[in-house]
Amino acid sequence: MLTTIILAGTVTAQGDKVAERPDGRVTISTGARHLTGWPVLRHLRTGVAALVLGLASLVAAPQAEAEALLNVSYDPTRELYAEIDAAFATWWEAQGNPKPEIQASHGGSGSQARAVIEGLNAQVVTLALAADIDKIAKEGKLAKDWQSKLPHNSSPYTSTIVFLVREGNPKGIKDWGDLVADGVEVITPNPKTSGGARWNYLAAWAWAQKNGQDPQEFVKALYTHVPVLDKGARDSTTTFTQREIGDVLLAWENEAYLALKELGDDQYDIVVPSVSILAEPPVAVVDANVTPEQRPLAEAYLNFLYTPEAQAIIFKNFYRGWDTSKADPADVARFPQLDLATIADFGGWAQAQKTHFADGGIFDQIYTAQ
Amino acid sequence: MSDTVISHVTSEPRPVRAALIGFAVLAMALLVGAPLITVFAEALTDGLPVALESLSHPEAVDAIRLTLIVAAVSVPLNAIFGIAAAWTITKFQFKGKALLLTLIDIPFSVSPVVAGLCIVLTFGANSAFGGWLVANGFPVVFALPGIILASMFVTFPFVAREIIPVMIEQGRSEEEAALTLGASGWRVFFTVTLPNIRWALLYGVLLCNARAMGEFGAVAVVSGKIRGLTATMPISIEMLYNEYQSVAAFSMAAVLALLALVTLALKTLLEWRYASQLAANRRH
Repeated sequence: MLTTIILAGTVTAQGDKVAERPDGRVTISTGARHLTGWPVLRHLRTGVAALVLGLASLVAAPQAEAEALLNVSYDPTRELYAEIDAAFATWWEAQGNPKPEIQASHGGSGSQARAVIEGLNAQVVTLALAADIDKIAKEGKLAKDWQSKLPHNSSPYTSTIVFLVREGNPKGIKDWGDLVADGVEVITPNPKTSGGARWNYLAAWAWAQKNGQDPQEFVKALYTHVPVLDKGARDSTTTFTQREIGDVLLAWENEAYLALKELGDDQYDIVVPSVSILAEPPVAVVDANVTPEQRPLAEAYLNFLYTPEAQAIIFKNFYRGWDTSKADPADVARFPQLDLATIADFGGWAQAQKTHFADGGIFDQIYTAQ
Repeated sequence: MSDTVISHVTSEPRPVRAALIGFAVLAMALLVGAPLITVFAEALTDGLPVALESLSHPEAVDAIRLTLIVAAVSVPLNAIFGIAAAWTITKFQFKGKALLLTLIDIPFSVSPVVAGLCIVLTFGANSAFGGWLVANGFPVVFALPGIILASMFVTFPFVAREIIPVMIEQGRSEEEAALTLGASGWRVFFTVTLPNIRWALLYGVLLCNARAMGEFGAVAVVSGKIRGLTATMPISIEMLYNEYQSVAAFSMAAVLALLALVTLALKTLLEWRYASQLAANRRH
């Protein structure tokens, strides 16, 4: 076949190959004379061969075949479950089982639920809101009464809304009432787009109710102190910490401590208000994705979350657990007791959503009325 | 030589030229330079050892490996499809050619998120075809095939769009000459067409590769974000950032930026090394 070669720099020539040099160059016959140069296709062949070899070595990387479980969770639980998974694997092996491989997926709670509905093969979900697991149950992937299957509404840990203020608390913020003082700027995301922001809103509402104020007027006043209404909780944290806007960030207790740990506790303080709201991030086995062989592992995994060992890890990772028997007292002491309203006080999530956050709901009325 | 010629044909006074060049340099520094420096500075806030340690974490290694696999599969396939499409469009006359050209450009105009959602809806467990695939143990969405599909969709036009102008410019005369001399189709392709387009092809492949490694939107929808399994580098960066692991996030961002810079350096090096050949090719 015809071979194309490169002669000096710009010149190429074609002809039948007559000889190959040991250095890789080839000699061709153009009919009139013999020419020697680098074959053009040689580069291509070498490239393809290198690529195929590289790809083969990448794909051939060892994939351990173990009893596997996929836990689909939400953003801030990475370190919590990294520790729990290691502890569970040790415990499960000690029971005489093969070493399990626990995989984890993290993202926004709502989009994670959506992914499970679309076929993400999660055996276990550990999300931020019961409503998100309800959505999966609605598609028939688990029983509608899933939340009654494990203790404490299937929530092995809880959290609440607290205030993150700048070091030394220069504006003297102690409770919800201080947030509407002159000159105080509050950072919280938009409750229309952020799940976390709805809790912030409801916590403020609960405080006003318990302190004899008109909750709607109080929440309305509170939102006049919000200079930027970000899309999500993480954006609000960035606004508060990187752009240094605002005097107080309304945040999840576990995320506030996480931010403190990562961003420096010499810059911010945590203030716990007198009243807040109880959040119960629930866990469940996704029945449709569990094979009979996997079921004991999946159920043992969730039950393990309630053991004193796992509860100690939960306290260490800034969530409020239930069982303090093995927890480090310093971890437990971090969480002062406070008056916690629950979502049931608002008639459940579906009702709260309809009354407060749906189009034309109370939030729309107070926010557009500004 | 050519520089002096160019300076003679510009009519603007020197201060105007200086101001224009200065503005362009400033814009580049603000839009490209500063963010790039920030990425590296953020990665190194706790020192190089901490950054390197975060990269040697098994999940980070898996993310880098996955990204390389995705690029290594999708780029050659797109190179082949791109060549085939460009060859068909430029060397043959047929009905619907304009339509085909438009179709090739669709990934440029469609948002990657929409592309990802389309893949989920077509191959997801809730569709008939996707359900059948899952039942037969070959899940596409939330697994490697889906990520490769999404990357390929987004990077599809790069190779074809680079080659088509070169092929149009070169016309069909050389191929026709080879055919009249009795060469087969394959032989014409390997000995005439491929050598002629090799620079445009390389350029397209490098661009395609840079985008395949960096694609976020479409991959985010189909990934499922399983650590160590379906989290590519851009996905890992977002996950780490959301988890307040800023050093780890920016270290990986720095690696991704470095990969892109290496690609660009490679391209520049090739252009410099083969400048005379490139010029000769353009004169064809």
